[in-house]
Amino acid sequence: MTTMTATQPLPAHWHDFFALTKPRVMSLVIFTGLCGLLAAPESINPVLGFTAILCIAMGAGGAAALNQWWETDLDAGMKRTAGRPLPAGRMDRIAARDFGIGLSVASVLLMGLAIGWLAAGILALSIVYYAVVYTIWLKPRTPQNIVIGGGAGAFPPLIGWVAATGDITWMPVILFAIIFFWTPPHFWALALFVKSDYAKVGIPMMPVVAGETSTRRQILAYAVLLLPLSALPWFIGGTGAVYGVSALILSTAFLLLSLRVGLRRSAPEGDPMKPEKQLFGYSVLYLFALFAALVADRWLVVQGVGA
Amino acid sequence: MNAPDHVPPPDEERARIIRGRNRVFALLLGGFAILVFAISIAKMS
Repeated sequence: MTTMTATQPLPAHWHDFFALTKPRVMSLVIFTGLCGLLAAPESINPVLGFTAILCIAMGAGGAAALNQWWETDLDAGMKRTAGRPLPAGRMDRIAARDFGIGLSVASVLLMGLAIGWLAAGILALSIVYYAVVYTIWLKPRTPQNIVIGGGAGAFPPLIGWVAATGDITWMPVILFAIIFFWTPPHFWALALFVKSDYAKVGIPMMPVVAGETSTRRQILAYAVLLLPLSALPWFIGGTGAVYGVSALILSTAFLLLSLRVGLRRSAPEGDPMKPEKQLFGYSVLYLFALFAALVADRWLVVQGVGA
Repeated sequence: MNAPDHVPPPDEERARIIRGRNRVFALLLGGFAILVFAISIAKMS
């Protein structure tokens, strides 16, 4: 008995299962989902609000586990991802797949039973979009993978809003669009300085397929589009000036950093890629700040201070 | 020269991992039971 168990691989730690949910990505998902919920014009019972956010987090975690289950071999070939539980051999692939499916199904069922089936339906759509449409279908086939796949990360504020109000209006659709248009410059800035990793495993990322110059121009194009789009909630009267002015300032800074990346033709060998790293770092801060401004604006309206 | 770190035998390590997983699972199950109870009350009010 002892001999048999000694030759068997060790079971995965609970923290490997936790790592499978991509906690760092999940923090942004939770934040944008929470902002969608708090910025909605109707309030929700705190327990139900917590449940809705928990379901969004569980759904995102389940989809991330399925993504890593499918991409184990790719992750093993990239320095940035080789230490993840599956490529590092700390976890069985079947366990990861079952964990991903279990978490995803549980999140949709809980959302449907506790909050509503419209929010649950959009949550299910977002999981399928990320795990199947993006991971399995688009990512290995087209350099536009990030553009279309960006939809997966854009769902949380929409789900949060629908959880609070029970219906879909223009505002959550615009919030969806903001993240959708934010995703390509965010990921392509990263892809520019980890290009060799993606090329090594054959993922057709934009810098690998279309070249650096084209990627830089497209980053700039999306940053230009993001400026009016981020201010659109203010223009249509969905928010007050606090959000509107914040959006204009934040998006102008985003555009200026994108200009530094977009106007460079290509980086020479051994270049530290400082503008690209700065844009990537700022893009994360940008999304946090923009959605925080949205919630602050709504809070001021509720307090009777905002317009 | 430092002595090498103590590496527990596989059976001991296996038991430790499973114990940790069981604890986390029990915590999650308890949390879920409390959540279901809280949702029921929230839905009634």
